[in-house]
Amino acid sequence: MMGALLEVKQVWKEYGSSIVLEKLNLTVKEGEFCTIVGTSGCGKTTFLRMLLGQEGPSRGTLLLDGKPMPAEPGPDRGIVFQRYSVFPHMSVLDNVTFGLEVTRSRLLGRLFGGARRKAREEAAAMLAQVGLGHALERYPSELSGGMQQRLAIAQALIKKPRILLLDEPFGALDPGIRADMHALVLKLWKESGLTIFMITHDLKEGFKLGTRLLVFDKPRLDAQAPNRYGATITYDLAIGRDEPALLEEIQGAVTETSRFIHDSR
Amino acid sequence: MKKRVINRFPGQGAAAVLGLLPFLLLLLAYAWGSQVRLEANPEDKLLPAMSSLAAAVERVALEPNRRTGELQLWADSAASLQRLAAGLAVASLLALVTGLATGMVPYVRAALAPFVRVLSMVPPMAILPILFIVFGLGELSKVVLIVLGIAPCMMRDLQQRVMELPSEQLVKAQTLGAHSGQILWRVVLPQTLPRLIDSLRLNLGPAFLFLIAAEAIAAESGLGYRIFLVRRYLAMDTILPYVVWITLLAFLMDLALRGVSRWAFPWFHQGQERA
Repeated sequence: MMGALLEVKQVWKEYGSSIVLEKLNLTVKEGEFCTIVGTSGCGKTTFLRMLLGQEGPSRGTLLLDGKPMPAEPGPDRGIVFQRYSVFPHMSVLDNVTFGLEVTRSRLLGRLFGGARRKAREEAAAMLAQVGLGHALERYPSELSGGMQQRLAIAQALIKKPRILLLDEPFGALDPGIRADMHALVLKLWKESGLTIFMITHDLKEGFKLGTRLLVFDKPRLDAQAPNRYGATITYDLAIGRDEPALLEEIQGAVTETSRFIHDSR
Repeated sequence: MKKRVINRFPGQGAAAVLGLLPFLLLLLAYAWGSQVRLEANPEDKLLPAMSSLAAAVERVALEPNRRTGELQLWADSAASLQRLAAGLAVASLLALVTGLATGMVPYVRAALAPFVRVLSMVPPMAILPILFIVFGLGELSKVVLIVLGIAPCMMRDLQQRVMELPSEQLVKAQTLGAHSGQILWRVVLPQTLPRLIDSLRLNLGPAFLFLIAAEAIAAESGLGYRIFLVRRYLAMDTILPYVVWITLLAFLMDLALRGVSRWAFPWFHQGQERA
């Protein structure tokens, strides 16, 4: 039997006296598509930063492939942020080729001649997969928001990461474009067998996309000391079909926390 | 319907006319003042007539100097611009290297940023005597004054610009497998260059200030030297054209730097226009 790709055991994250995450337990197998929902201030982004290696847990253990999570970002974990994921000074094609160049030319990070041509062909093929085959020579600032996110995804996938982290990648996009992006992400996930963690504000999006829905929420709310209790995973569900009643229930619980956090600020 | 004044914009033609207006007014005011003074006293030297200005320009720009045989304006310009170019080049290089290092590497920042901050507070003119003592009265001390005058501010500016790059980009580069050197070379440096040009443009004014100051005190050629030399004879007919010429040089350099930036870093300016 295949071991767990990611194991989170009794993880706490504290900043001084304020507790962000508490008693976090989670096991994720290779190939799962976890969507993470929860109101702002419930540690979703902190959890993502821990998966990236930007932060470590205050207590508990975080294992990747049975080994402690590296303390800095690396090529096994790709990321797409909501904004600023792409390099504005490189053309679309260069943005994707960059990932190949830095590993194939350790000293300069630049390839020449045949090696360069080959890398650019691979990058162009990747870009065609995400529907940017026609925009290879443009700069990111000339692309729409949706196209920029396609580029960011292509850029991450060219490295064939084991885990793809998506931090509200479609939050700034129009609804129609968002549906296209959902289709794209599902297609790429099915083709590549990646493990995906995707943070979203949109519960419906979370239900629609994942194989597993993780809800980050604060089970205990103390109006006198709002940061006394951290958030944890309150729902961990296998999904794959719409379940309206459950969606309603989670929406209610999350909204309550959201109001609470908002009021206590 | 009448709009608020903050919502009313001039058209292209109107903007051009409005832009020229202050220059024209200044010119008219000068001509009028000059005429009034010369009518009262034909020997007045403070506001020479346009015709004597033109004659002086012809003399300094087109006729060889009786003592040296050089065309004075061009010889002065060449001497000054050489000093300025050397100062700007050294300052830019120092600022780029220091700005990248302190902006990117926390340990270097901890070691150097406070020092640079203090250094930028040293009044450059106050240490000019030291420079003359240490580096002599030749070219070197003038170049060093320009460098010391503008480099610390440029270093601070560039450090800030480097740190303003979205951290998402640096994280992304790391998830693509780049090491620190590659991130410097391929991600941070190319994005810092247009910002270096911006910083240089802002520091052209101070650079000219330090150049003229150094030349005024100890030099045998140069635009600042000439102005302070002929001041003794109240030769406003030479001083005024020199001031206009220096201003024009600075303006053209600024324009040229902007052009270079737009040509070499189109992505930088596209982003700016959208923002």
